[in-house]
Amino acid sequence: MATEPTVNPDKPFIPDDPKHPSSATSQESKKAPSYEPPKVFHLRPRLSPAEKGSRFFFLICAILAMGQMLLIMIFLFQEAAGLFFDRADSPGLSVFSFLFGLDWYPTYQDHAFGALALIIGSLSVTAISTLLAAPFGLGLAIYLACVAGRRTRELVKPAVELLAAVPSVVLGLIGMAVVAPFLQNVLGLSTGLNLLNASLILAIMATPTVASLGEDALTAVPHDIQDASYALGATKWETIWRVTTPAALGGLSTAVILGLGRALGETMVVLMIAGGAAQIPNSIFDAVRPLTSTLAAEMGETAVGSRHYQALFALGVVLFLMTLAFNLLALYLSKRWRRRR
Amino acid sequence: MFLSGYTKAARQRREKVALLIIRSLAGFVLIVLFSIMAYILFNGLGAVNWTFLTSFPQNSMSSGGILPAIVGTLGLAVGSMAISLPLGFGAAIYLSDYAKPGPLVNAIRLGVANLAGVPSVVFGLFGLSLFVTVFGFGRSLLSGCLTLGLLTLPTVTAAAEEALRQTPLSFREAALALGANRWQAVRQVVLPAALPGMLTGAILALGRAAGETAPIMLTAVTAYSPILPDSIFNEVMALATHVYFLATNGNNILQTRPQQFGTSLVLLVLVLSLSLVAVVIRARLRRGRKW
Repeated sequence: MATEPTVNPDKPFIPDDPKHPSSATSQESKKAPSYEPPKVFHLRPRLSPAEKGSRFFFLICAILAMGQMLLIMIFLFQEAAGLFFDRADSPGLSVFSFLFGLDWYPTYQDHAFGALALIIGSLSVTAISTLLAAPFGLGLAIYLACVAGRRTRELVKPAVELLAAVPSVVLGLIGMAVVAPFLQNVLGLSTGLNLLNASLILAIMATPTVASLGEDALTAVPHDIQDASYALGATKWETIWRVTTPAALGGLSTAVILGLGRALGETMVVLMIAGGAAQIPNSIFDAVRPLTSTLAAEMGETAVGSRHYQALFALGVVLFLMTLAFNLLALYLSKRWRRRR
Repeated sequence: MFLSGYTKAARQRREKVALLIIRSLAGFVLIVLFSIMAYILFNGLGAVNWTFLTSFPQNSMSSGGILPAIVGTLGLAVGSMAISLPLGFGAAIYLSDYAKPGPLVNAIRLGVANLAGVPSVVFGLFGLSLFVTVFGFGRSLLSGCLTLGLLTLPTVTAAAEEALRQTPLSFREAALALGANRWQAVRQVVLPAALPGMLTGAILALGRAAGETAPIMLTAVTAYSPILPDSIFNEVMALATHVYFLATNGNNILQTRPQQFGTSLVLLVLVLSLSLVAVVIRARLRRGRKW
């Protein structure tokens, strides 16, 4: 075995070190075949079939897990791109008129695919729900991490995580059956299905996510700096506000951004209770039609390959890029925060 | 000098007010969340009985039960796990035990982290164009399972990798020192130690898959099916979409409210009990970990 030079790329398991002694010995033995190292010291036995097979299988899995991202992008972009090119039945749209067009009339004879109202619908719902979910979610996070006793925390934290798993369609039903009639009766609106209702329910949905992630960030703050603060005579609140929260700021902002991303990508809630009118809202009592609900509502009724189909995929691309931006921002913030610690 | 606003009394007052605000914020959130659960429980319980769970919908879904929806949801959830578990666990093992740090690993991690935030309706679009149209599976259980499988794959992978990373390096070193090769070390030492943690992540993903609505609406679901699916190429009903169709598409939305809440309750119990199992396992793990 030692006579044939082992050029297996495998390294010993733990030290990921290119200058590991084992690689040096095998290269030496390549250069000087007269010297045969004693077998006992040969650190790289030939790999067994199970070892090779398992490595290959796991690599395939990993590549599939990543390749999925590429596949999704390819399919979305490919279907969407067609919208911007001329074809026999209709001229292609310009990217500008798609992104900033005011009219969304996909099924008319003279169809119009202006996505601005839909994009603004998505952004407005997301913004309002984040404004509501951030203070409540972070308040709950601070309560769980710093104020509550251990008993309470061990009971409430799992409950909050459970509530993050409530299916969105169930919350949508609450919005339709409870919140909408309430808004209609109390505020005297013609319909309770509007921006406000959708934002309220989305906030309820995002709050457990923000609270759970925020609690993780606050608990990860090292205890010694909090102890130091107490030792200097600071009260509990002063410690929370001046020491713990600033130290966890990166993690807390990541929590809010991920909650925001959840609201932006949520489909069923806005489909059921945002009202569904493709218009730019003037007040929080107007109906809106976010990107996600447009996709879910119209995708079932379009012919594959039609202009409408392509326009919906273009909306999907817009949505994909928006969530990607928020994700990367969250990743960046949490990474920066970790480095500083 | 700058302590003027910081007399002991003022600081204690501020302390009291601030903690009161935090406590009331937290209390308010918990009350809202639990009253929602209670509302669904009380409104749903009236509709749920044995016939509701075991019979087909009747009179254009205005009465009868939800058996096909239960079967469909279970089929979709189990099928999606059959896809995402092997792939996700495999990818996680590769990332934690086989891969050398480098651009490939970074790319895979970045891809996984970003996929977890992609909206489910985008996965629905992807499934529609790839599985339903290009592969020609049509709207079917199979397309739905594949779509949900891909949707849950990032969650499963990330959770499994986390669990594998928490198994100490010394376990692997000990196995390797005893002469095991890497596959033996992974299979006989690392996996048994990490498996409960990996399964926790998987169960959480399973709960999410069962509650997903938008992606299966685009790839697998029909509003009404008079039969149970007998092949993977059948369209199916599902609990989540059943709630949606009843609440938005019928002529008698208000009359079917009891069924809507009943179906919601069944879905909620299914999803929450799965998550509860996962949360309990995880709490046990954290407490009982010896390393």
